[in-house]
Amino acid sequence: MNKVKNDTQTKTTMLPKCPTGIQGLDEITFGGLPQGRPVLLCGKAGCGKTLMAMEFLVRGATEFNEPGVFMAFEETAEELKQNVASLGWDIAELVKEKKLAIDHVRVERSEIEETGEYDLEALFIRLGFEIDAIAAKRVVIDTLEVLFGGLDNAAIVRSELRRLFLWLKSKGVTAIITSESGENSLTRHGLEEYVSDCVIRLDQRVVNELSTRRLQIIKYRGSKHGSNEYPFLIKENGISVLPITSVGLDYPVTTEWISSGIKRLDTMLGGKGFFRGSSILVSGTAGTGKSSLCAHFADATCQRGEKCLYFAFEESPHQIIRNMRSIGIDLETAVNKGLLKFQALRPTFYGLEMHLVNILSTVNEFQPDAVILDPISNLTYGSNDIQVKSFMMRLIDYLKTKNITTIITNLNEGNSAFLEYTEIGISSLADTWILLRTTETNGERNRLIHVLKSRGTSHSNQVREFLLTNQGVQLLDVYLGAEGVLTGTARIIQEAKDKAATLARQQKIEQKQRDIERKRLLMEAQIKAIESQFEIEKQEIERIITIEENQESFLLMEEQKRAKLRQAES
Amino acid sequence: MEFIDYQDKLSDTEIDFWELRLYVAGQTPKSLKAFANLKKICEEHLEGKYRIEVIDLLENPQLAKGDQILAIPTLVRKLPEPVKQIIGDLSNTEKVLVGLDLRHII
Repeated sequence: MNKVKNDTQTKTTMLPKCPTGIQGLDEITFGGLPQGRPVLLCGKAGCGKTLMAMEFLVRGATEFNEPGVFMAFEETAEELKQNVASLGWDIAELVKEKKLAIDHVRVERSEIEETGEYDLEALFIRLGFEIDAIAAKRVVIDTLEVLFGGLDNAAIVRSELRRLFLWLKSKGVTAIITSESGENSLTRHGLEEYVSDCVIRLDQRVVNELSTRRLQIIKYRGSKHGSNEYPFLIKENGISVLPITSVGLDYPVTTEWISSGIKRLDTMLGGKGFFRGSSILVSGTAGTGKSSLCAHFADATCQRGEKCLYFAFEESPHQIIRNMRSIGIDLETAVNKGLLKFQALRPTFYGLEMHLVNILSTVNEFQPDAVILDPISNLTYGSNDIQVKSFMMRLIDYLKTKNITTIITNLNEGNSAFLEYTEIGISSLADTWILLRTTETNGERNRLIHVLKSRGTSHSNQVREFLLTNQGVQLLDVYLGAEGVLTGTARIIQEAKDKAATLARQQKIEQKQRDIERKRLLMEAQIKAIESQFEIEKQEIERIITIEENQESFLLMEEQKRAKLRQAES
Repeated sequence: MEFIDYQDKLSDTEIDFWELRLYVAGQTPKSLKAFANLKKICEEHLEGKYRIEVIDLLENPQLAKGDQILAIPTLVRKLPEPVKQIIGDLSNTEKVLVGLDLRHII
């Protein structure tokens, strides 16, 4: 009584889940497969069911310490070992360590004669024995439908299968049952009636000559799950599912700046460069230097000791390294240190979905701080607008949630009138948009760089000239003159002219100053002459005055003398 | 011109020793029935030149793998070769004979 009460009182006891270890699958299923229950994995031939089932066991054994039993009806143990050896899984080793057991059950119709009532107890005994021998917690049965083909009595087979799944549940193992899809049904023989706790369907479609593998969780009792079709890849170490669920615009942001690798570009972007975790679009026509800009950024990232992942869709890594060496950027050292990783892939190799899976799974493995996609225009060839936009949104969204700074280059077709129109409208997805273009004047083409937008920064609205020198990219001020913007040799000529004009003005000023000086000296000399003249005349006049005065006093004296004489007489 | 002596062949089948294994899982009614049917057929057609070995998989589960046993009960003809497998309680005698490749020698 009490127990029942408790059960109803406990609110959300989550369904216990068994993590598969398969990249992306655990995310879509929010934890993994239902623990202790059978899961149906269906799909047409060649979709990857056996592979996925085997990966479930291998990862269970190596990562979660859960041994597993693989009951194979179609392939022998040897064949299975060989088939998965290319994925780097050493089955033989796991079998030796008692982490994995492979039991091949042969059902050969011609060798069996049915003569009356029977049941499939031997199968149970075999499976039970294998499970108990290694204390397995995971089981794969691949594929039960062989029984329908090998044995005539379908009724017995069905009832025994029903019993099998109940028995598996009682054993407490998480089981994957594979089955082949029918034309319109999930399985050929209706296994989905018995295994209905969780049903996963694999699919392989060819669109525009490119095949895409998809996975869909048709049903998952008792748990939230992503119900869309998720593309997946079979990579060199297993299956990788793309868990892009919501394109929710909810990611953490930082206010940390990182340099673009070109100082003057950093100043153009409001002083310090890019925000960490932002997305940057570099667009331009052919040959404008987009890859060079990317290389600078990669170099700057690696110099800071951070990891950079460079996806090249047009050139081989060696070519890029060689070309960048010519402008003074050494990417090889960064590659050798393991900070820079190139992944070059022909765009036509995969469909768009596969590219996405591949990019994201490589990002997950390498864990870079910066990602470069150069150029993205190739990838969108052959897909329609909706697909491309969806691809770009999911890609950028995913990278932002991981706080990875991303540079995407886009090749514009060339008509300058449409330069600011990126065909797929991805400019709205980028936080910063740098446009590179060329102008043709006087028989030469010069490169210019604009920062069209940079969210959250007070970026410069000025255009700069963009030079590729053997010391890297240099940005120079353009000449803004009366005739308009001048670049290249025209600028050099104009600058020389300006310099000459300045020099001439300078000289003129000096000349005028010397004139003033000369006039002043002249004036002083004149003054001196007049003064000395004045002195002379003054002296002359003073002399005359003295003579006159002397004369006067002499006459006075004579008179007095005469008067005196006259006095005496009288 | 090759002349195949069928008479000889038949006599070969008769002379050879029959090694039969009956796989069961405990003393279930089907298993007991199978054993009874088997004894009857052997006595009728093999005249003592046989040996029946009953293997209980509940006691020796690992033996199921070796002979690729799927169903219970299963009769395996080990000798003469080739190995043949007959599943069921052996109530359909015709099918058992066909399965064991025993022809009623007239």
